[in-house]
Amino acid sequence: MSAETMSVFSPQLSSRFDALTEKYPVKRSALVPMLLYAQDEIGYLSDAAIREIADRLSLTELDVRNVASYYSMLRFKPAGKFNVQVCTNISCMLRGAYEVYERFQHELGIGHKGVTKDGVFSLEEVECIGACCWAPAIQVNYDFHDELTPDHVPGIVAGYRGQANGKAGR
Amino acid sequence: MPRLVSHPDEVKIVTRRFGMGAAEIDKYIELGGYESAKKCLAQGPEWIITEMKASNLRGRGGAGFPTGLKWSFVPKQSAKPKYVLVNGDESEPGTCKDHLIFLHDPHAVIEGTIIAGLAIGAKTGFIYLRGEYRYLLEIMEKAVADAYAKGFLGKNIFGSDTEFQVITQTGAGAYEVGEESALMESLEGKRGVPRIKPPFPAVVGLYGGPTVINNAETIATVPHVIAMGAAAYAAVGSERNGGTRLFGLSGHVARPGVYELPMGYNLKKMIYEVGGGVRGGRKLKAVVPGGSSTPVLLPEEIENLGMDFDQVGKAGSMLGSGGVVVIDDQTCIVEFALRTISFYQHESCGWCIPCREGTDWLKKSLTRFHAGFGTEKDIDNIRYLAENMMGRTFCPLGDAAAMPTLGFVKKFRKEFEDHLNGKPCPFAKHVEMAVV
Repeated sequence: MSAETMSVFSPQLSSRFDALTEKYPVKRSALVPMLLYAQDEIGYLSDAAIREIADRLSLTELDVRNVASYYSMLRFKPAGKFNVQVCTNISCMLRGAYEVYERFQHELGIGHKGVTKDGVFSLEEVECIGACCWAPAIQVNYDFHDELTPDHVPGIVAGYRGQANGKAGR
Repeated sequence: MPRLVSHPDEVKIVTRRFGMGAAEIDKYIELGGYESAKKCLAQGPEWIITEMKASNLRGRGGAGFPTGLKWSFVPKQSAKPKYVLVNGDESEPGTCKDHLIFLHDPHAVIEGTIIAGLAIGAKTGFIYLRGEYRYLLEIMEKAVADAYAKGFLGKNIFGSDTEFQVITQTGAGAYEVGEESALMESLEGKRGVPRIKPPFPAVVGLYGGPTVINNAETIATVPHVIAMGAAAYAAVGSERNGGTRLFGLSGHVARPGVYELPMGYNLKKMIYEVGGGVRGGRKLKAVVPGGSSTPVLLPEEIENLGMDFDQVGKAGSMLGSGGVVVIDDQTCIVEFALRTISFYQHESCGWCIPCREGTDWLKKSLTRFHAGFGTEKDIDNIRYLAENMMGRTFCPLGDAAAMPTLGFVKKFRKEFEDHLNGKPCPFAKHVEMAVV
């Protein structure tokens, strides 16, 4: 595909998508990874991103939206630069996940699916993230933090805030 | 970084290479890696399937179906290409074993996939990881690239005439995709809703071709079975339950972690000796033996319970994914049941009405109950709802939501009754307002 100049994605992601669409026996199999990687770059699935992915896979926009709306990691609105996902499922709950979650709410001043005014953080209560034996656990974007207590929260927030101040852009 | 744990009772087969840097291909080879695949290539499909049957290895995803038998169902001749699909969409609450396999031993997954491919005559294998496991996907992708570079994957694997390709895939957040037919839908770029069976995937699977779908732990076990021999592997476990299992101890246990123990290992011993007992010296109230969808067991039910598929089944629950969740006496079972059903309500894909509506109503009922607005009749209604979900859906998610709920209501009815008539919950701090 020679859409690179027109693409809403970076040249790197564009060529990655070119490779992805060749990778599978059926092109459409690239859809879910493409949606996730597009979101990683742009921060959410914008109308333009959905349009381009549909074009690249010869699908309708409706098809793409229909699939995207199924997966809980995909979103149609921007989240914070650092999306804090606190697991409160059973294994984490038993070891104090709600206390950790409440501390994040307090530190960030936002609730479930909220975004801080400066756009640096968003917060989500999520289902099991596969870290049950190291509970309670969270993910900030894709990074795991495990065996937490509420007292770890300010340090985690400060660490990511430092990163946000250090370099701009996603 | 997930902490590795150890206990003298462990029999390290699948976890043998954990913590040894085996994610690097040269280290993996140094530790005997890829020898099993070479052996299988020399021996051929009949031999592999015979070995796998003799090993008594049963599916580690939860259903416990014999792996060798599953492979033997794939037709020898097929007009459409055959596929191997590795299920690493690990999402069952209480379960994090595949997390460690991908982290510490990604080549075991690749080698197992090659062997499965040789057994059924497939030229392509897919390794699907849940979307949250991005750092593990990157580890897997590097491992796959390294295996290609060595010539272990590609047109002529290990210098032979046999072709085998491996493709990694990411999900994007969906428990339901762990169900095998929904997994195929997702891999085909669709919503992860289940397909009706029959036809079974072994006959009509991915892209319409015969497909073997195995859990990541099952696949990672395969090279070890070949290396040590089926008889030796089977001898480690209990009757009809070959080998070891990666048990994930979590919740109120003193030393949580993933432990590799022989099939049939006593559950009480697992909690009190391997896991160091209940945290803070408290008393045990209940155990969820195999991930959140398995019915709860009481302390008196685990005394002589061996952890294998048959014994746990006989005790009225399931071995499931091997995620053992320990619950202490300071826990509100109604809250625990509510958190469990909230998960299933969130994850129900909405395809089948009994599951979509059932999980929703169960959540509403339990929310109201926990907030102190339940009535005596609600307890029976919860049972009635759950019983009517059982067996009435395309995939097992409906059952997975109904079974634990029934277990909680049957075994802890008294605790449900204690929540009647506006009485505040004796334990919980987190009482959501009932919006019904």
